[in-house]
Amino acid sequence: MEQSQIKEKTIFKKDERKRNTQKIMFALFTLCMLAVIIPTILIIGFIIVKGVGTVNWSFISEMPRMGMKEGGILPAIVGTLYLVVGTILFSFPLGVGAAIYLTEYAEQGKLTRLIRIAVLNLAGVPSIVYGLFGLGLFVFFLGFGSSIIAGALTLACLILPIIITTSEEAIKSVPDGYREASLAVGASKWETILHVVLPRAMPGILTGGILGIGRAAGETAPILLTVAAFFIPRMPNSLFDQVMALPYHLYIVSTQVPGMPESIKYGTALVLLGLVGVFFLIATLIRLKFKNSTS
Amino acid sequence: MSIIEVKDLDLFYGDFQALKKVNTVIEKNKVSALIGPSGCGKSTFLRTLNRMNDLIRNVKINGQVMFEGREIYDEDLDVVALRRKIGMVFQKPNPFPKSVYENVAYGPRRCGVKNKRDLDRIVEESLKEAALWEEVKDRLNKSALGLSGGQQQRLCIARALAMKPEVLLMDEPTSALDPIATNKIEDLITQLKKHYTIVIVTHSMHQAARISDYTNFFLMGELVEKDGTDKIFTNPKDQRTEDYVTGRFG
Repeated sequence: MEQSQIKEKTIFKKDERKRNTQKIMFALFTLCMLAVIIPTILIIGFIIVKGVGTVNWSFISEMPRMGMKEGGILPAIVGTLYLVVGTILFSFPLGVGAAIYLTEYAEQGKLTRLIRIAVLNLAGVPSIVYGLFGLGLFVFFLGFGSSIIAGALTLACLILPIIITTSEEAIKSVPDGYREASLAVGASKWETILHVVLPRAMPGILTGGILGIGRAAGETAPILLTVAAFFIPRMPNSLFDQVMALPYHLYIVSTQVPGMPESIKYGTALVLLGLVGVFFLIATLIRLKFKNSTS
Repeated sequence: MSIIEVKDLDLFYGDFQALKKVNTVIEKNKVSALIGPSGCGKSTFLRTLNRMNDLIRNVKINGQVMFEGREIYDEDLDVVALRRKIGMVFQKPNPFPKSVYENVAYGPRRCGVKNKRDLDRIVEESLKEAALWEEVKDRLNKSALGLSGGQQQRLCIARALAMKPEVLLMDEPTSALDPIATNKIEDLITQLKKHYTIVIVTHSMHQAARISDYTNFFLMGELVEKDGTDKIFTNPKDQRTEDYVTGRFG
């Protein structure tokens, strides 16, 4: 009798302490979320507000004039486009190929663990060191000179770890049932990877690609040493030409040219942001297409 | 007439011996059931027949598995060709995240069938054979993942049949399905044995009794007894078989 009374009491009495702890924790998590979102909104908002007045058709379609203080930034936009596309072309096949090897073919053991540690460490190497590496290997040793190809290859090395790690995770997350089903109808291992594993892993792989593109488009230090020109008011003729690039151009107009109007700095920043946005959008659309076709 | 002969088959996962000196034959155009408690080696045995165990690391196999008179563990044997002749259906329905049509056409495409009319014909025939055509003929281009569990499993059967295999291996094909879907698959198996040899692993002794002609009883990696299903369930030779089929353990 007494026992059942105790039970009823504990069920119907509100546990104030528990409720308060819960409230405090929820408030903390909300705060964390805001702490992440607010700076993002502030940075993007600030650049849009400051730069939107500058960005018009002539700004993105004309050559710079008057020591870059007037005119547009077309060569820098084109340079960054070339670099990003080149970086994707070099890093994507290589990175996805390496991930396929590591997950599907390599005997799991000491060697693969070593490779994975190496890849992770590579992701932590400062970008200026990549720049120096690119300068030594691509610019001088391979004799590409300061060029689009040297810059794109250097950026490709920089984002390779991101591509490999995310692709590996994506490939590993494909259920084994699909592989077995494919092999059981007499598909070879490679056909299984090509027709079943990769289509299914593609959305995840593209996520890595998106992250990589963002980095490649925004990095300044590696291209500073391998490709970027201070001022070239013309379009590149070949992959072995130097080009201007948006991040480096932004650095120059912000610090290296006295009397540079504010509007050009923020306009350049906004165009860079927009360009990365466009790449994200394209990658996201491809991602969606794969997602819809596989589910 | 036998289509597969197994002689003194040992299988090791590392140091663990999962199959011990298994000797049996699989009869052509019959349904052979593999029964036994969990971990007895029946699924492992099934997967030795189309070399699916090749995928697992540290597997060692001794002994002989002859398919139509040829040793399937021969180094010169083309595993891909073998799997075209010995199809497989898995425990969990695993259609590809593609359309119904592409699921069935997957195998034929991999061995080079490109002609649209040929593919259409194979897809239709296979789906009809798997008793699924009427249910999906209007949604061939929709995702296979939208089908019910039972339909998905029959689609997986159609996918295997599209290769015109000699043998169909089934690893507990109904254990993830409800009784009605199970019933349909069992009816289907009875139909299919006219043209195919079927080897089925099952947890359900009732299922083995209902659909199989021969039953192999496994226990701790050993094949205890193989005989006509009637004999195994009414008059087994081994005491352990009798204990199992009468429900005294397992």
